[in-house]
Amino acid sequence: MTQLALVIDLNVCVGCHACVTSCKEWNTSGEAGYMSDDNPYDRDPTGNFFNRVQTFEVGEFPNTQTVHFPKSCLHCEDPPCVPVCPTGASYKRPEDGIVLVDYDKCIGCKYCAWACPYGVRELDEHQKVMKKCTLCVDRIYDAKLPESERKPACVLACPTSARLYGDIHDEESVVSKAIREAAGYALMPEWGTQPANHYLPRRKTEMRIHEDELERADNPLKIDGRLPKPGVRDPSLDDVTSW
Amino acid sequence: MNPAFSVIFLTTLLGTGQGLFLALFVIEARVAAGLLEAPSPVFYPMGAAIVVLLLGAGLLASFFHLGHPERAWRTAAMWRTSWLSREVIALPAFMAVVAAWGWAHWQDWPGTLLIGVAGAALCLVLFLCTAMIYACIKFLQEWATPLTLVNFVLLGCASGVTLTAALAALRREPNVPELTAWAIALIVAGLVARLASLWRNARLKPRSNLQTAIGIKHSRIVQKAQGFMGGSFNTREFFHGRAPGTLRLVKWLFIAGAFLLPIALLAAGMAADSAALLAAAFAVQYAGLVAERWFFFAQANHPQNLYYQAVS
Amino acid sequence: MNAPLESPPAVTETRNTTCYMCACRCGIRVHLKNGEVRYIEGNPEHPLNKGVICAKGASGIMKQYSPARLTQPLRRKAGSERGAGEFEPISWDEAFSVMEERLRKIRSTDPKKFALFTGRDQMQALTGMFARQFGTPNYAAHGGFCSVNMAAGMIYTIGGSFWEFGGPDLDRARLFVMIGTAEDHHSNPLKIALSKFKRRGGRFISVNPVRTGYSAIADEWVPIRPGTDGALLLALTHEILNTGLYDRAFLARYSNAGYLVNVDLASAEHGTTVCSGETSKSDNPEHRHNQLWWDRLSGRAVPNHTPGADPALLGEYKLADGTPVKPAFQLLLERVKEYTPEWAEGVTGIPAKRIRRLAHEMGITARDQRIELPIAWTDSWGKEHDTVTGNPVAFHAMRGLAAHSNGFQTVRALAVLMSVLGTIDRPGGFRHKAPFPRAIPPMAKPPKGPEAVQPDTPLAGLALGWPAGPDDLCIDADGGPVRIDKAFSWEYPLAVHGMMHNVITNAWRGDPYRIDTLMIFMANMAWNSTMNTVEVRRMLNDRDEQGEYKIPFLIVCDAFQSEMTAFADLVLPDTTYLERHDVMSMLDRPISEFDGPVDSVRIPVLPPKGECKPFQEVLIELGTRLKFPAFVHQDGTRKYRDYPDFIVNFETEPGSGIGFLAGWRGRGGEKAMVGEPNPRQWEMYEKNNCVFHHELPRSYQYMRNWNQGYHEWAQRTRVRRYTDPIVIQIYSEVLQKFRMAAEGRGPSKRRPPEHLRQRLMTYCDPLPFYYAPLEVQATDTAQYPLAAITQRPMAMYHSWDSQNAWLRQIHTHNYLFINEKTATSLGIADDDWIWVESMHGKVRCMCRVSEAVEPGTVWTWNAIGKAQGAWHLAPDANEAQRGFLLNHVIAEELPAAEGRRMSNSDPVTGQAGWYDVRVRIRKAGADEPAETSPQFAPLPAAPGTNAVRRLWLAFVAGEKDKR
Repeated sequence: MTQLALVIDLNVCVGCHACVTSCKEWNTSGEAGYMSDDNPYDRDPTGNFFNRVQTFEVGEFPNTQTVHFPKSCLHCEDPPCVPVCPTGASYKRPEDGIVLVDYDKCIGCKYCAWACPYGVRELDEHQKVMKKCTLCVDRIYDAKLPESERKPACVLACPTSARLYGDIHDEESVVSKAIREAAGYALMPEWGTQPANHYLPRRKTEMRIHEDELERADNPLKIDGRLPKPGVRDPSLDDVTSW
Repeated sequence: MNPAFSVIFLTTLLGTGQGLFLALFVIEARVAAGLLEAPSPVFYPMGAAIVVLLLGAGLLASFFHLGHPERAWRTAAMWRTSWLSREVIALPAFMAVVAAWGWAHWQDWPGTLLIGVAGAALCLVLFLCTAMIYACIKFLQEWATPLTLVNFVLLGCASGVTLTAALAALRREPNVPELTAWAIALIVAGLVARLASLWRNARLKPRSNLQTAIGIKHSRIVQKAQGFMGGSFNTREFFHGRAPGTLRLVKWLFIAGAFLLPIALLAAGMAADSAALLAAAFAVQYAGLVAERWFFFAQANHPQNLYYQAVS
Repeated sequence: MNAPLESPPAVTETRNTTCYMCACRCGIRVHLKNGEVRYIEGNPEHPLNKGVICAKGASGIMKQYSPARLTQPLRRKAGSERGAGEFEPISWDEAFSVMEERLRKIRSTDPKKFALFTGRDQMQALTGMFARQFGTPNYAAHGGFCSVNMAAGMIYTIGGSFWEFGGPDLDRARLFVMIGTAEDHHSNPLKIALSKFKRRGGRFISVNPVRTGYSAIADEWVPIRPGTDGALLLALTHEILNTGLYDRAFLARYSNAGYLVNVDLASAEHGTTVCSGETSKSDNPEHRHNQLWWDRLSGRAVPNHTPGADPALLGEYKLADGTPVKPAFQLLLERVKEYTPEWAEGVTGIPAKRIRRLAHEMGITARDQRIELPIAWTDSWGKEHDTVTGNPVAFHAMRGLAAHSNGFQTVRALAVLMSVLGTIDRPGGFRHKAPFPRAIPPMAKPPKGPEAVQPDTPLAGLALGWPAGPDDLCIDADGGPVRIDKAFSWEYPLAVHGMMHNVITNAWRGDPYRIDTLMIFMANMAWNSTMNTVEVRRMLNDRDEQGEYKIPFLIVCDAFQSEMTAFADLVLPDTTYLERHDVMSMLDRPISEFDGPVDSVRIPVLPPKGECKPFQEVLIELGTRLKFPAFVHQDGTRKYRDYPDFIVNFETEPGSGIGFLAGWRGRGGEKAMVGEPNPRQWEMYEKNNCVFHHELPRSYQYMRNWNQGYHEWAQRTRVRRYTDPIVIQIYSEVLQKFRMAAEGRGPSKRRPPEHLRQRLMTYCDPLPFYYAPLEVQATDTAQYPLAAITQRPMAMYHSWDSQNAWLRQIHTHNYLFINEKTATSLGIADDDWIWVESMHGKVRCMCRVSEAVEPGTVWTWNAIGKAQGAWHLAPDANEAQRGFLLNHVIAEELPAAEGRRMSNSDPVTGQAGWYDVRVRIRKAGADEPAETSPQFAPLPAAPGTNAVRRLWLAFVAGEKDKR
């Protein structure tokens, strides 16, 4: 059984928000649109987005990490938002595991949002239905697009390719490999939601310097007359003692 | 959570209605058993009408919670999985049975007790459904406890019985002292249960924290930016935006309003044989329950809030 | 959503063009639906961004449909004040006749009274040409307040620089050191490269007072005090030299490290390189290449690159005539002697032990992880090499180094460090992008004096150029400046990008003279693009005794209603990038890759909104009306129909075959780089993703400073005139010429005024050195202890995007970030309103406590704050109420010393010292309003912008009825 998902590599995410606006751009005119914006040119502009990039500071100066953290619907394998929906508007597609909302069935009761621990569903204030990441389901199966572009807009946009996309149930997929090899993890595992989206942690490359690496026979200072060999005539023990 | 008044009124009105029905049914049963003096014939149908009115008002309130109330009919679809869906089925069913029960009393048909049994059963189912809507969200730890059900049942019954006592007193029906005593007993029980849940919730250790939310193991993680600055659904729906002091104030208000004052007023009413005091007890209690329910929502700390802490 | 697959997207059309949401210039595919922009995505076939796009690029829709768009030419209402934003619409005909009349008069009397300054620096080939044809020297783009130190410091050292000119080869680097990089330079390509580099296990070190953006993913963050990077770089060089971790062979052959410098204090030639009497083989009259080496093998002085010789890099020698000489490298070693890591610790705040370790990491990686590519090539001295080798240590730096008044020498120190490590145009290090490397300095020269400015005559010389010595300064007989901004004067001799930040102040004061008309294109000089914003706004609106504006006429061209357009007498509505032709030209700053030249174009995907007209068309129309030789035939008739026609048919000289675009030249598009105009050139670009990529043979892709094959190719394709090698200037002979003039000697007869002698002697040091930034020197740092800087958010480019409904949700106001300990010591907490005060001014803003900033530094996002009503935002919008501009505490001039006012700029290049300001912070009073200060009167909506501000949007492309 297929479970499509995103794997977000925090090791390379620079927090540029490309995934945020490319998502908005694709989806507002797409099948999941519109995505309304209130006060677009006034005080406290606010709008409907499927994806947000957040920033956290970890640790204390000077040992601070700044972590950029993109977050959208995690397409849980056991999505708590689906069974609570009274109308069946919130559903998980058996064929690919994408969690979607049927706008025609949604009554806007917000209960699914209450039942999501990750805060990734947003009610559209004007269409009055619950909206969320669709994994660009209107792109990824579009046969009119070249194979390489049948991916979510955020994945195509991401300049650091920090967003990997694929089937986490396929052992050989790029996402499964990434999760396996780079210690991919799920968010809030304590609730047993089994998010399909995973995150890859920061990794640190360090350099170890051995003392002797600073001493080399071919040190150019020797060529230039520094670090010279002692002269043959310079004083030595040979001059002063006979044992 | 940011308390929604539609839901506050829905749950409190439903609770009162359910409590009122249960009280009427118990009176009927005890009368049948010869343990109580029978009220006037109009008492049951009138009570049933009030129950239906309360439930209807609650239902109406709930519509204000919906983005698309015109599609509310769809909500019965997912009764296999959704407590909300079940509630949506249980509520009209219960209303229908109450109406039938009241009608049967009005028509003086036999078998009202049997209808009453069905009504009481549905009433309990409805309590279960309503409470489980909240208690089933396991990561809303303030709600995910049997105490939620206990509270919904006890507070609903207490307010319903207080209302019954007040109605009985206003109508000069018999059994007012007994009903008042029941009400006091239920309020005390409700208070004990509510204090228990306050005590529990005050000691809750959130299972989610920033470490599990973003998957980084470090003792010091602080959000600097939630990714947008002008607010979103996530900041409006899940944050009440009140100071901790306001919450404490509301807590004391509801402890006084939903429990202590009604007990005092009921006791005074019983002593003074004053219908007005009993009616006042109900009014104060209902206001207290609104505060209680507001607090119930406000106190629930949604784990999604971990993701929405700061702008910059 | 329901049944998502039943109605697949009905995209009706897709067109390629080039993004311009920032200056990165990614290829984009614009999808249109019923004539409206449906989706803008990165073009996967574009060499620059390879299909990716950034937050800004993906929000282009909201820029295109912004209600802040200007749509008609506007004239300031008679009687209204500048800055009040009261306008009446006029026709283009009227606008053109107003300009034509005014400019014709100026041109026929004193052309320098017309000044053209543009915020945009990637259109200089045309704007610069317009200014030159007009005959005014008063032209520049925004480089003077952007990163000219980075350009000049590197180009005067290695013949190339970062961003448009070159960059780190992260494909092959093992260690990457990024210093003070603004996230907008370079944007998507750097992000792509960084992520690949990290995934390959490369080690990434970031030196920056603040940890945001790219620094966030660094393996190691080295917090540094702003303005002290020079001290760090010199200490690193100290350690690398003293441990012998330098690439001796590279330095000896490819730099002037082994050139002998006269060290005879008594000699008139002291400090110059000693040349042999022999005639050199160089074809470049300005670079004889006949300096001497001390051949350590034969123990005598020989002409450099004498076959079989190996120069001594250290030591002191005596020439046959008894002149004491030292190799330049010896002088560098002596220079960095005092710059010990322990000394640098006190300056930078970085522990000495860490500096040593960083130096060792760089040196050992460079030495022990050498790359060898099987590419044969021949160097400029005829030696054949079987391989190209490289030391995989790459650097990238930008405004963090540049925007300080010690930035030029700091950048020199960086270029020297990169050279010492042997990383110039080699795999894994720094690599050039065509048309770089250039000669040191590049051959283009500014006009030499006032005689270059003559009525009705094009300027003699380029308005901007690269002085090689005092003779190339643009000064009058008294040594005074000729340019309004005083660039290329003794005050700022190497101001190669001009000094836009001083134009308004100088013109207002009439120092060096008054001008008549100032034309500004795409620069918000009344807001975030200026230092000292409050005063500059006052100057723009100030009148003389006769009641005439001190800057009599102000023309502003922009696509949006900004703070600046409010001050204009005439507003010209520009198009957006989706509505115009544009070229990223080889004559300008193309988008070349390491492997060869790349240029690109924009092709309109939408018709212009309203009466919007691209600025290029305005220039060509004006140039034609004013009968500039370049724009009219001999008989005075129009030469070019429009901009696209101009681009195709213009040649730098008749028959030169060099035009704005290098691709598909020749009658049938069969030629590259040079060739006859091709009438179908635009079509061919359009068919090829709007980009021309000329990949060089591999043997021409490296070592291009000294690569004979490459030079011959460059000469053939007219990229360069000469084929002489471009020798790295460890010891800058150009700077030495200025210093000698200040000392009253040297080949140039020009001498600086007395009051500037010491300044020139100090700062025109031929070897990099560290000094505290000028403003810091002039500040009582006990009073103002904190450095205040700005950072660039990746989702917002300068002031370009506050009108963008999506992007402004991400950054709608800004905070001042303060280290937690610093904040605590000041009694300040998160969200407090605080005053930031410098010796120039103060601004009220909100505090955000942070652990990701060095304790002596405070910072904020750049240009988020806006004036009330500008950019079509509500007066109570967050940008105007909670957003603030740090510019209010930064001055364009240093405090007057001895009655003289100097620009707050680098004394060599005139680069604005944005990052030098020192501030103090205090909590705002409880009774003060919770809003930023200063505040300005709200701007009304200009005619032609949308008068009604929508309360909500639901954008669906091509379905207006849906909203």
